[in-house]
Amino acid sequence: MNTSAPTDAPGVIEAARRGVPRSAESRDARERLIRGLLQLSALFSIGITAAIILTLAWETVNFIALPEVSLADFLLGTNWSPLLGAEQHFGVWPLVSGTMLVAGVGAAFALPVGLVSAIYLSEYARPGVRATLKPALEVLAGVPTVVYGFFALTVITPGLRWLCTALFGVPIFPGYNATGAGLAVGVMILPIVCSLSEDALRAVPRGLREGAFALGGTRFDVSVRVVVPAALSGILASFFLAITRAVGETMIVALAAGGLAHLTVNPASEVQTMTAYMVQIFLGDAPAFGVENLSSYAVAAVLFVFTFSLTVAGNALLRRFQEEYE
Amino acid sequence: MTAALRTRRLLQDRLFLSTCLVLTSLSLVVLCLLLSSVISQGWRGLIDVEALRAVFAEGRIGRIPDLVRWNFFSEYASRKPLRAGIRAPLLGTIWVCATCMLLSLPLGVGTAIYLEEFAARSRLNRFIALNVRNLAGVPSIVYGIIGLTAFVRMFGIFGDVDRDPIRIGPADSDFSLTLPIGHSVLAGGLTLMLVILPIIIISTQEALRAVPRGLRQSSLALGATLWQTTWKVTLPTALPGIMTGSILALSRAIGEAAPLLVVGIPVFIACDPEGPMSPFTVLPFQIFNWAGRPQPAFHALAASAIIVLLAALLSFNALAIYLRHRLQTRTP
Repeated sequence: MNTSAPTDAPGVIEAARRGVPRSAESRDARERLIRGLLQLSALFSIGITAAIILTLAWETVNFIALPEVSLADFLLGTNWSPLLGAEQHFGVWPLVSGTMLVAGVGAAFALPVGLVSAIYLSEYARPGVRATLKPALEVLAGVPTVVYGFFALTVITPGLRWLCTALFGVPIFPGYNATGAGLAVGVMILPIVCSLSEDALRAVPRGLREGAFALGGTRFDVSVRVVVPAALSGILASFFLAITRAVGETMIVALAAGGLAHLTVNPASEVQTMTAYMVQIFLGDAPAFGVENLSSYAVAAVLFVFTFSLTVAGNALLRRFQEEYE
Repeated sequence: MTAALRTRRLLQDRLFLSTCLVLTSLSLVVLCLLLSSVISQGWRGLIDVEALRAVFAEGRIGRIPDLVRWNFFSEYASRKPLRAGIRAPLLGTIWVCATCMLLSLPLGVGTAIYLEEFAARSRLNRFIALNVRNLAGVPSIVYGIIGLTAFVRMFGIFGDVDRDPIRIGPADSDFSLTLPIGHSVLAGGLTLMLVILPIIIISTQEALRAVPRGLRQSSLALGATLWQTTWKVTLPTALPGIMTGSILALSRAIGEAAPLLVVGIPVFIACDPEGPMSPFTVLPFQIFNWAGRPQPAFHALAASAIIVLLAALLSFNALAIYLRHRLQTRTP
């Protein structure tokens, strides 16, 4: 071809030299190489899951095999005193009850508030109001959990104590308690509930709303009796995923819930969660091989089983919801 | 419909709307309470009170006075609250988060590209995608335990962490490697990578999914290969979305304390990190340490450090929101 033809401008040749491989074979080879690299990085995520499961399982087996521990005691025991006293006890239930208590308080606050906020944002709010509230929720979602822990310790718990003193004459809540930490956990998971539920509500087809309005429904009827039931599996998924975060939350409970592992359902008492126990062990410079160190792996395994089943259930619900409206 | 029923239903609607307003504004109230309590407890650590008083005494601002207490940024942590600063944790946070992003961005974006652009609809690929979603729900402290086992101790293959590690590379260089890698910046970055990898993958997948199919099809119809299409058409179009997700993931990494606590970073350190094998500490962990002490003076220090942390995170969030806004206005 004539080199002075306009299609052979210098830029085109330069681009061809840099970018396009000389032959179809080398191009195919490059394509295969890149595909292989990408596939490898995708397989890495499976490797992470495998590493988590194998490590936790292996160390838990090592823990159970220790002479001072038994499987029945670990899974059924109601006494967790690994560090104190002449005799060590490793019954995991006090830690589980502490975790459920804190997560329960958090959920009792965040699930209703989050759902109602989501209904408001999706069905009622004018764009101007949305534009103020959405960023506030996004900022709350971005606040590090250690900051919420500080907030629980210096504002929520003193506030609760002040309120109870004003109402009943006694503070009721000690300086470290499950309610203070649980409320902070609730604030932390509120944005998750709200934004995931709002996504679910918005995914409900317009036609359903218009039909309900045409039948004479008020906005309340439409949103609560039509849209919410239609988005139910998506809303439930948001609940599951938020509770997962609450169960696995560490820094808030390490700062504000205290360190007393006992079996209780009293939200005003000091409790220790599974995560807080791990913090206690790893802050204490535990040796790499020893019963305390191994016990934290076993607790992590229990925590992982809890959170993983919640996440799997939540994601299954979410997928069912997405398939419904595709 | 009878009039009474109609009134009752309208009343119900109104009642629900007011409940909505109260509960929704609760998040705004909590946010204001949080910020004001932190600022009121911590501002004295950041602002030079004497200089501020001088400004008020003067009555007018002649020249812009230097009100910031720079000591707080340039000093190491100390047992004396007045002399304590955040130099080591601030530098440590920068080092470990930079390491973390360098490691996780290629891996995360690569995984997302594979899942969205290359993967056939096989059972394995569906499993990978599902697995990523489930990994996002694993508590960060569990990642910390895996980081401790796999990175810090390296499963004990190279012996005990605290006793003569194997050294690779020039002995006195900042970039020589020791095995196992111990409580180093590299171990911290790798551990945080585990935490934020699912976030980066999922947000990148969403950004790629938002690219119109027509763009890919036209590129392929012109004879471009799949990778050429991805690299020159799909990725540039999805870039603002990917950046938004990555910035949010970075914010998460900056704020994480639990996994690094398990990895075993020191509470007190009086030297700057100088390379990937240096020991380090991070800002959220320093805050945790100060907040956990009984003396109010240390609570004030924690609040000052929180202000610094939140200022950094809020500016990152603002950047992410701005990018997303630009993205929404550009592609209808």
